Amino acid sequence: MAALLGASCVFAQREKADAHKADALVYAELAKAPDKARAKRNPLENDRDAVAAGQNLFEQHCSQCHGNAGNGTQKAPSLRADEVQNATPGAIFWILTNGVVRRGMPFWSKLPEPQRWQLVTFIKSLGAVPKTPDEQRD
Amino acid sequence: MATLAVFPGSSRAQESPYIVTYDHYLEEPGNLEIEYFSTFGTQRGGNDFHAFWTELEYGATAWWTTELYLDGQTTFHDSTVFTGLRFENRIRPLKREHFINPVLYFEYEKKNGADKILKEVEGHDVESGFLVPNAEARKEHIDELEFKLILSSTVKGWNFAENIIAAKNLSNQPWEFGYALGASRPLALKASAKRCSLCRENFVAGVEMYGGLGDRYSFGLNNTSHYVAPVVAWNLPSDWTLRLSPGFGLNGNSHAFLLRWGVSREISGFGSAMSRLFRGRP
Repeated sequence: MAALLGASCVFAQREKADAHKADALVYAELAKAPDKARAKRNPLENDRDAVAAGQNLFEQHCSQCHGNAGNGTQKAPSLRADEVQNATPGAIFWILTNGVVRRGMPFWSKLPEPQRWQLVTFIKSLGAVPKTPDEQRD
Repeated sequence: MATLAVFPGSSRAQESPYIVTYDHYLEEPGNLEIEYFSTFGTQRGGNDFHAFWTELEYGATAWWTTELYLDGQTTFHDSTVFTGLRFENRIRPLKREHFINPVLYFEYEKKNGADKILKEVEGHDVESGFLVPNAEARKEHIDELEFKLILSSTVKGWNFAENIIAAKNLSNQPWEFGYALGASRPLALKASAKRCSLCRENFVAGVEMYGGLGDRYSFGLNNTSHYVAPVVAWNLPSDWTLRLSPGFGLNGNSHAFLLRWGVSREISGFGSAMSRLFRGRP
């Protein structure tokens, strides 16, 4: 029984490590955004309705993989991670447009540009996940 | 319908309004879209018909979509017949969005001569070819390979799609060619802050044009049929998409009028659900 428990813990740890590795590869895509795309400003940054509209779009198209609160699931990484929250709006827009096809994230260029910017506004509004006391000590 | 009940997870699709033309957007990975389409067609010198097909469209990966079609038709004052099946694959070879985005399309069709769905028009497909009674037409068995090069761009909310078709009947018939063109745009580009059914962004409207280009030995417009068809799609927040398209024949070889409509529903996470079912994974 103990061996079984131990084995399941090892597998769980390995899966966790694999998930972290996959997440890191997806986050690395943000760095591949060309300078011109990265420098793009969000035209809806100050739009009063953009967050609410972006949230609707997120629930319809993104939450299935990224989770309802954007915290990530087994399928897709957290959007509240520093890598995303510190990325420029232009870099996030670029990822939405181009997807990370080899890692399972589809192109979202089928959404009109303003809707992609509304999504960017919502993703930016999520903010980072507050760190646990353990993480703060690290 | 049972499938819909077992897999309630769904995502509101942003579906294109095209019925014949393909754009470069594939099914999201792991999602299954169940679609039903109808075509009512007028027939000079014969009986009008109602052709119908069901599509099961699955996003195998973010760059590969696979589909199964089941086709049938009713010719008024004649009979209703099953006309065959199609197995289709679309592959997006480039991993980024470009100004023009190519998609490679491969399809195997196993159908009979009574097929009238007009999902594409190719070669010398003309209206008079539809006059054969079902009992006779269904005796002809057709195995066909079809290839399309899909080119599609989206600029300022407008989608422009061009499909070049090459089809080969495997019973030693010449290669046949055809085309389909489409342009469409959502009625509004920004999403509303509140969910709504009748918001303008839920409607996508456009036009498509399609027709035959002859075959290897007589390439061109001679003895071919062509159609132009306004198209509209309504993407409902309740996860359903409705499409409507009245089509008009552009020459004497074309059916004078085709009325097409369709309904579809996308089921998110179908692949994961199946995986859980068969492998017992969480």
